[in-house]
Amino acid sequence: MTHGKSHFLLGDRGGLVLLASLAVLAVGVPALNLGLGPESALHVPDYMVGLLGKYLCFALLALALDLVWGYAGILSLGHGAFFALGGYAMGMHLMREIGDRGVYGNPDLPDFMVFLNWQELPWYWHGFDNFGFAMLMVVLVPGVLAFVFGWFAFRSRVTGVYLSIITQAMTFALMLAFFRNDMGFGGNNGLTDFKDILGHDLQDPATRAVLFSLSAAAVGAAFVIGRFITASRLGRVLVAIRDAEGRARFLGYRVEYYKLFAWTVSAMMAGVAGALYVPQVGIINPGEFAPPGSIEIVIWVAVGGRGTLYGAVLGAVLVNYAKTYFTGALPELWLFMLGGLFIATTLFLPKGIVGALPMMTDPERGQWRKALAVFRNVGKRKAS
Amino acid sequence: MKAILTLLVAALVCALVAAPGAHAAEPDLTELIDGLAAKSFKQKTAAVERLAATGDPRAVPALTAMLEGRLYTLRTDGRVVVAEKSGGVFVLAAPLTGESLGQAVKKEIKKVRVNNRLRGLLRGVLGGLTLLSPDMDTRRAAVDSVLKARDESMLPVLEKAISAERDADLRGRMEMARAAIRLFSRQDPDARRTDLEILSGHPVPEVRSLLAEFLAGPARDDPALVEAGEEALDRVERSLEMWEMVGHLYRGLSLGSVLLLAAVGLAITFGVMGVINMAHGEMVMLGAYTTFMVQEVFRSSFPGAFDYSILVAVPLAFLVAGAVGVAIERGVIRFLYGRPLETLLATWGISLILQQTVRAIFGPTNREVGAPSWMSGAIETSTGLVLTYNRLWIILFSLAVVGLIALVIKKTAFGLQMRSVTQNRTMAASMGIRAGWVDAMTFGLGSGVAGMAGVALSQIDNVSPNLGQSYIIDSFMVVVFGGVGNLWGTVVGAFSLGIANKFLEPLSGAVLGKILVLVAIILFIQKRPRGLFALKGRAVET
Amino acid sequence: MTPIERDKIEAKDTVLYVDGVSVSFDGFKALNNLSLYVVAGELRAIIGPNGAGKTTMMDVVTGKTRPDEGLVFFQGDIDLTKLDEARIANLGIGRKFQKPTVFETQTVFENLELSLAGRRGVLESLFFKLSAEQGDRIDEMLDRIALAAQRDHLAGSLSHGQKQWLEIGMLLMQEPDVLLVDEPVAGMTDAETEQTAALLREIAGAHSVVVVEHDMEFVRALECRVTVLHEGSVLAEGSLEAVQNDQRVIEVYLGR
Repeated sequence: MTHGKSHFLLGDRGGLVLLASLAVLAVGVPALNLGLGPESALHVPDYMVGLLGKYLCFALLALALDLVWGYAGILSLGHGAFFALGGYAMGMHLMREIGDRGVYGNPDLPDFMVFLNWQELPWYWHGFDNFGFAMLMVVLVPGVLAFVFGWFAFRSRVTGVYLSIITQAMTFALMLAFFRNDMGFGGNNGLTDFKDILGHDLQDPATRAVLFSLSAAAVGAAFVIGRFITASRLGRVLVAIRDAEGRARFLGYRVEYYKLFAWTVSAMMAGVAGALYVPQVGIINPGEFAPPGSIEIVIWVAVGGRGTLYGAVLGAVLVNYAKTYFTGALPELWLFMLGGLFIATTLFLPKGIVGALPMMTDPERGQWRKALAVFRNVGKRKAS
Repeated sequence: MKAILTLLVAALVCALVAAPGAHAAEPDLTELIDGLAAKSFKQKTAAVERLAATGDPRAVPALTAMLEGRLYTLRTDGRVVVAEKSGGVFVLAAPLTGESLGQAVKKEIKKVRVNNRLRGLLRGVLGGLTLLSPDMDTRRAAVDSVLKARDESMLPVLEKAISAERDADLRGRMEMARAAIRLFSRQDPDARRTDLEILSGHPVPEVRSLLAEFLAGPARDDPALVEAGEEALDRVERSLEMWEMVGHLYRGLSLGSVLLLAAVGLAITFGVMGVINMAHGEMVMLGAYTTFMVQEVFRSSFPGAFDYSILVAVPLAFLVAGAVGVAIERGVIRFLYGRPLETLLATWGISLILQQTVRAIFGPTNREVGAPSWMSGAIETSTGLVLTYNRLWIILFSLAVVGLIALVIKKTAFGLQMRSVTQNRTMAASMGIRAGWVDAMTFGLGSGVAGMAGVALSQIDNVSPNLGQSYIIDSFMVVVFGGVGNLWGTVVGAFSLGIANKFLEPLSGAVLGKILVLVAIILFIQKRPRGLFALKGRAVET
Repeated sequence: MTPIERDKIEAKDTVLYVDGVSVSFDGFKALNNLSLYVVAGELRAIIGPNGAGKTTMMDVVTGKTRPDEGLVFFQGDIDLTKLDEARIANLGIGRKFQKPTVFETQTVFENLELSLAGRRGVLESLFFKLSAEQGDRIDEMLDRIALAAQRDHLAGSLSHGQKQWLEIGMLLMQEPDVLLVDEPVAGMTDAETEQTAALLREIAGAHSVVVVEHDMEFVRALECRVTVLHEGSVLAEGSLEAVQNDQRVIEVYLGR
């Protein structure tokens, strides 16, 4: 973190590694999946494409959270809500795409509405048949919710754990709401049984490969945007707010606007992550709003290392890979491990994996010990 | 509904037939029953009313069969029989004695048809005939069906029942039913006014609809009667509303006491120490499982003393959860003081581990926790208000727990040390108070109280590894709403949230009500970030 | 002429005009009818025992605490009781906290850069480019607060005294009209204390400076007018000698 002498991207070694890996994945995985037959040793099976695509969506979500937690110090326990809202926006489009191919064959109403004896499409479903409109909603709905929520919260200076608790209450309230059938989002079951997207069959490996590449591109784009923000003076103001909010205020910064900006951008990124997630897993339901899910996102970021953006990506992929592996191999052990991960990371690895790799964090290599010591001091001194 | 009624009537019949001292057989009862097969509905109605006037409970099987469409006549001799379809044939029985009369095919018998008007009458008559049952619950149900049918022919039986009834409450209901029947059958305005007077003293929903019907119909032409009727209706409606309020209030208090129990431990760990303990819900769960274990021991070793198992479980749950709390504080939290967000994450991890541990030991399914006899049952009022004893006990228990904590904090040496450490740690330490020990004990106290809450919650909720999860968000809402560091705020917060929830429920449905409360709290925190009873001044700003 | 209008005109003579201000927290009167006037370029020291209301006074002036009653005007006609911290800071009132508060995970240079006078909008920050002239000003300031050698060190690695200086430097980068400085020499060596006094004397003139301090030697070194606060209001005002000989001040400090 030296001042603006180095380029915002080229000066960030970890970020370059991330972007390069994403590029390799975006091209390589579809090529190995579509180009090679299953008999080849290098063939990437279809399920693996879906799995990796899911990880990338989670990585994007983690990156979004890191932007507010790692830089502005806002610990959101409700980012799952923005992710789910983006997912629902995409799900609604995919439901409309089904058209009359549903079980009941109704050209306008999704199956669950026919099942509930609804006569016409609710007003808020209109427009979602248009892909562009749906994509706009993917960022707009989470963005507006975040803006309104943040406007109230930051202006009245709700900070720290209080903010965390009300973000949790927010996603909990949304979960309860989306579970209701009369909300018009499929209740318990959510939205599923999607057929195709923009005319391409969602089961077709080619479609899925494209979705995968798009996810990788989205992570890359979000990283570049995030990096541009955090490397700018705005990013330094965010860090200043995180470390000494009062000082920043008395220097004349409108802390609430800065937080609001980061918060809203982050929510929009989370929405995009949700929108990419839904066509790849084929379902979105109110479970995505569940508070424990949102807390899990935090641990991805914490494990990877907050305040670096690429650390969040790394953490999301590693933790989710571990989850896939252990829930398959040793299901009863996974929750112990996840719990242990929370405790161990906060106690022993406050800067995450990336923080333990000094070469990545500090270009002036010799200083990393000092930087780490300072970080510990900050932790000790920051009284509630 | 109909199935329930059928079952009920069948049960009544069994009770009656078995009852000793049944009426002596009268020769014309069979004739009266045969009259049920008359041609027109009018004649049938008359036959039913004649049967009702006998007040003889032995007519019940025949009338029940008629109501349920099992009453037939034999085409051969026109005799009335009860026929039960069994495979392709009908099994016949005598309506009065129940003796078997062999079988018949469909062609040989003819159904005694009934219409809706007749059905209503039959229900009322059946009620009337059971009004004299020796069983009080049967009589109570009988009054209800008489009230519903409101048939004049019931009056003689009803009179008989009223003079024989010894239970004042039930007699009151019978008089109400009588007044209801008379109100529609009598013409004399003065007599009707008396009936209205009686009815207005019974604030039950049936009377409300009955009075409305009276005003729309028979009373229409008599302005004085309309006035009296409206007055009565008004009185009934007002007291109904009041009882409804009382009901909401009670349910609100009940929910509030649950919230209070779940949150009061948090008020100590979060409010006093500033520690966000996401594993707080799991302390509650541990308390509930402790109750389960204690009951298991009682069941196998001291089954006679089962009623007292709860009394053992309360202190034990305090110790178990408190010990786990101390271990958490010493093992994890003390390394994270001053880093509230990290504490939040670490304790979340602890909560996952505790849940999974309990799941591994006790399995993921609900465990059955029994209620001692002194906690089961309920007080029930005629207006439909049910006050269950377990809820009442929980309200008392929650208040007792809060009182106890207030006492510990205000009056004991430990409480003094606790307050001094939270106010000025360095100063307290320099006065010789072992701050670390006080931290551990304070956290233990908060966790122990959560454990005691678990004992109470095991009485009304499913005891499963997820028990704590369902309370954690609500608990935080209570503490944040009430104001951190203020026990009184927690009490007010819990009860206001409970009551708000229960008053919103009928307006918007349970889930929407909960959402509204959550949204309201989120907005409230914006306005008063430090809660209802916030500490003010410089000290809290740093 | 209403009293308020008259007050406003009087207020024009002073940069900072605090009149009849009272603040209470849960019944405790932190400020009780406090009045204080600071003229342009003045250096003023404020002393008083603990709980006299010194920090609360600063809170009121900088918009952190709203007074229950009283007037607070800046530059004659700007009513500070209606504005928030950020707005007041941008108008030209800088504040140094009692506990040195700098952005510990950023370098000394970045700390000063964040404090540069200029627009503070979100989008302006996003596209901000440091000009050569601004860079020079930061370097000048580094020399002035003797931190040039620590330019690229993290602020968290500075000594206590250095942090105090950095914070004063940050205040000066804001180019404020009024500096409110809360206990600037707490935890400093004697030499550092002397240097700080010299720095503050040098700053005064171009800016008004209000210093809250306990250290009498330091206050003496400031060679300025002194205001004594007690129980939320002004007890005495004048030169240090005059104040120290005031009977009431002696009573308050020596106890009754």
